[in-house]
Amino acid sequence: MRTLVDRLIKIFISLRLTVVLLAFAILLVFIGTLAQVDEGLYNAQARYFRQWIIFGFDLFGHNIPLLLPGGYLIGTMLLLNLVAAHLYRFQLSTKKIGIQLVHSGVILLLVGQLATDMLAHESQIRFVEGETKSYAESMRNYELAFTSDSGTDGEEIVAIAGHQLMNGGDIQNTNLPFTIHVKTFWKNSESSFRAPMMKNEPPLTSNGVASSFDFSLAAETKNPDEKNVPTALIEIIGKNGSLGDWVVSGWTSDDEMVDALRQTYMQQLGAQMTQKIIGQLTQPQSIEANGKKFTFALRPERVYYPFSLELLKATHTVYEGTEIPKDFRSRVQLRNSQTGENREVEISMNHPLRYAGLTFYQYQMDAGQAARQAGRLSSSTLQVVHNPSWLTPYVGCALVALGLVTQFMFHLVGFLSKRRMK
Amino acid sequence: MKSMKPWLPLILTAACAAWFLSTLYPPSDTGFAFNEFAKLPLVFNGRLKPMDSLARNSLLEIREKQTLNTEPWKDWDQNPKIISANEWLIHVMMNPAVADAWPVFRVDNSDLITLLKLPEGNPAQQQDGKHYSWNQIAPSFDLINKENERIQKIESVERSAYERAVVKVFERLMLYEQLKNTLQPQDVPDWKQELADYEALIPAGIASIHAQQAGQKFDQAIFNAFAGNVQLFDEMSQFDAPLVVPPQNSSGNWQRVGTILLNATKGEKISPAIFAYATMADAFKKGDPAAFNAALADYRSSLVPDFSPAMHKARAEVFFNQMQPFYAALVIYVLAGLLAVCSWFNLSETLRRSAVWLVGLAFVIHTTGLIYRMVLEGRPPVTNLYSSAIFIGWGAVVLGLVLEKIHRNGIGAVAAAGMGFITLVIAQNLAVDGDTMEMMRAVLDTNFWLATHVVAVTTGYASTFVAGFLALIYILRGVFTKTLDEATGKSLARMVYGIVCFATLFSFVGTVLGGIWADQSWGRFWGWDPKENGALIIVLWNALILHLRWGGMIRDRGLIVCAIFGNVVTSWSWFGVNMLGIGLHSYGFTDAAFKWLMLFVMSQLGFIILGLLPARMWRSFSARI
Repeated sequence: MRTLVDRLIKIFISLRLTVVLLAFAILLVFIGTLAQVDEGLYNAQARYFRQWIIFGFDLFGHNIPLLLPGGYLIGTMLLLNLVAAHLYRFQLSTKKIGIQLVHSGVILLLVGQLATDMLAHESQIRFVEGETKSYAESMRNYELAFTSDSGTDGEEIVAIAGHQLMNGGDIQNTNLPFTIHVKTFWKNSESSFRAPMMKNEPPLTSNGVASSFDFSLAAETKNPDEKNVPTALIEIIGKNGSLGDWVVSGWTSDDEMVDALRQTYMQQLGAQMTQKIIGQLTQPQSIEANGKKFTFALRPERVYYPFSLELLKATHTVYEGTEIPKDFRSRVQLRNSQTGENREVEISMNHPLRYAGLTFYQYQMDAGQAARQAGRLSSSTLQVVHNPSWLTPYVGCALVALGLVTQFMFHLVGFLSKRRMK
Repeated sequence: MKSMKPWLPLILTAACAAWFLSTLYPPSDTGFAFNEFAKLPLVFNGRLKPMDSLARNSLLEIREKQTLNTEPWKDWDQNPKIISANEWLIHVMMNPAVADAWPVFRVDNSDLITLLKLPEGNPAQQQDGKHYSWNQIAPSFDLINKENERIQKIESVERSAYERAVVKVFERLMLYEQLKNTLQPQDVPDWKQELADYEALIPAGIASIHAQQAGQKFDQAIFNAFAGNVQLFDEMSQFDAPLVVPPQNSSGNWQRVGTILLNATKGEKISPAIFAYATMADAFKKGDPAAFNAALADYRSSLVPDFSPAMHKARAEVFFNQMQPFYAALVIYVLAGLLAVCSWFNLSETLRRSAVWLVGLAFVIHTTGLIYRMVLEGRPPVTNLYSSAIFIGWGAVVLGLVLEKIHRNGIGAVAAAGMGFITLVIAQNLAVDGDTMEMMRAVLDTNFWLATHVVAVTTGYASTFVAGFLALIYILRGVFTKTLDEATGKSLARMVYGIVCFATLFSFVGTVLGGIWADQSWGRFWGWDPKENGALIIVLWNALILHLRWGGMIRDRGLIVCAIFGNVVTSWSWFGVNMLGIGLHSYGFTDAAFKWLMLFVMSQLGFIILGLLPARMWRSFSARI
């Protein structure tokens, strides 16, 4: 028994293990980089880096049916290797202090990256000038939200996560006096206007938006710059029977997608017609149950904040005589009724706002001449990141750099003085 | 002869320095003041630059050279006529009828040559089969336009060599048209007269338009002439030509000639700069240097004092263009490298010292160029792929010189000269894309991160390459010569080890600083972007070498072989990932670059195989066994 433990310890503290792990890490990073060409950044990450074991991988267009340790496994093993080696061989000597620093820095980086992976959350705030928002929206996930008037204190919202719809079947919620029966769910979809006097297929349902718009299944996109826009056909069943079939879609309630449609129609049909069509598209859908009116929409998942941001001005500057962007800049009014804050802040590229444990980064912008010419209001998109471990890489990096400098100085000084002695 | 020896390093260095200094000033103008014209300021691609840079960069883009050979079908010994970029540009802008007949567009793709029905190379018919004139290509303009429109819908990485050639020739034609429409509408026979007529016509023209709109009686002839002018200038302003008209005061914006001529219909004043250029063009076309030079002098003095800083900057850039410090350094590195290699064989201390002195001179010129560029741009040393090559070379030369100072065995000198030469050759080839001082896009517009992250990462590249280069020396000398004695071998291995340590430090710090920049600008420390991954692989590889060595798993030869693979890893990160065409750092991709990268990787793998040969097959070792 003892020898087995000894042997295990020996393996875990050995430099050979370190070398093997580093070699696998290099191979994995290389494969994961090449894979991005075909699979896109997000999928390649999920397939190779956020993974314990990889069963078969692609290299230069060939599938290679081999087992490979994934990013999680390599990271964890490296961590164990480092910690074990430290515990077992730890000596407090000035000669080794550099290596100790480097390794503790690497440990911190690995742990920090794992923590970020599990705890960090990214969302976006997209607003036009003059608009105030007290929530951020997910970039990828949608939710089916039912909003009802709760009388005295505003609205009551019940949100059902998109992945629950994906599974199909019946969904019940104690706060909703009806059952939702999911008939079809498309992870990505397209929408088109049912032009009058054209030969159209019969609509998915005659209720609400489906009477004037067609929705159809689309292939899932792998491009990280595009997003999947889901559409679902649901039946709402109250206590006294069906309240009808309804189409809920990201195309009707995701501002970004609505804007994209608006631009397309604008080019094809002109301003007046577009306004009419978009009006029909975004017309809220609602049902009545138990004497209460519920408005519902499949919209990007929201995170509400106890404060609000108003976009005062979006500035997009370009270099003289070109369209090369020089600067994106958002002036924002920050209001928090709990703390009484009411101040103006400026967010620009490389200068984020850190507030309430969140960081707001300048992300995209549609402002300046391009927006004006297309008749759009200037808008700005902020990336909102919640990452409790954002400081760990800073500290980790400092430790490693310090350690490496110390270690190499020892080497160098030793080498030079030896030469001098000769 | 013996007494000459101590003087040799000094004499060689002085001779090279004299050659460099002699290239600093161009031959003075006889006739037209082309050199003075070259110093006029303008704004193009978002930055203030002199006519000289516009000329050189445009010619580089169109013809891939900084000079124009107007008779490319002639061999070099037949003295083909070569003219400067400035002379070419002045013809394009002021007398296009002449410039349109010069074979300036380089077309290499044979499919494209067939498509455009261009003649094959045939000296008797004054064709070289590679360079064609505007007059030869313009008839196919619609065809090119249509093909280009089709190809634009294809992702750039998926385009074939032919399709890339179409896009290239299209872009070159567009640039040429921009230049033609910079000072005057293209193909106007007598611009000076036309401009004067237009100015005189404006009040009556505006009145006729108002009258026509109000349904009143108007002079049809005036109306037609004026409308014709407006249409001409509207077409001219579609070309996004360089902005040559200075603002009315030093804080305003530079403008295009076409825009101002159009705005004149709204009653705005026509800038005197346009008349000045028209007078120059008139004199140039008539072959009257005195009138040209006088108009040029008048215009220059009109820019003082409001635009003195702009003229100063333009002059400084012209001097830099003329100096070509990186080309001079490249030539001297070659000479130094040859001398240092010779010193290994005859063990001549004089040769070694000469080599070191020459590397020192080339380094001084290299550094001058680097700093001059930084001051001109107001940026840290590395802002794009081109400047990364120059900086990697510079860092490698520093490391080589330090090694030479410590070891004094000619190895550091060869490494310095070799790396300096190779990186500057790469830089010369990257410069073909045109302006190497282009403006930085929004997210990159931060001197702090350019100065820290980018400098640290490129220093990491430089040191990994130096380690790899030293390893190549080890293998070449060990396998093919008997000069790798035990002491030299040991000292080389020690150098490689030291440089790998140094490389680990810088590539790690640089990579993490990049992560911190990413965290600062979009809240993601690590995004698995290809360039980030490339840098990470360098860090991991260097860490792997160090651990192998510390664990006793490799010794001197193993270290050497691993260091050569470091070359492969670094070239992948430096160029390879850009060719994937994805991610934040993708800068586009050329066939030639891909071919060279593949050749380089193959050659390195070849050296690794050499390095793995058993010791008895090494000439240096077999003697000792």
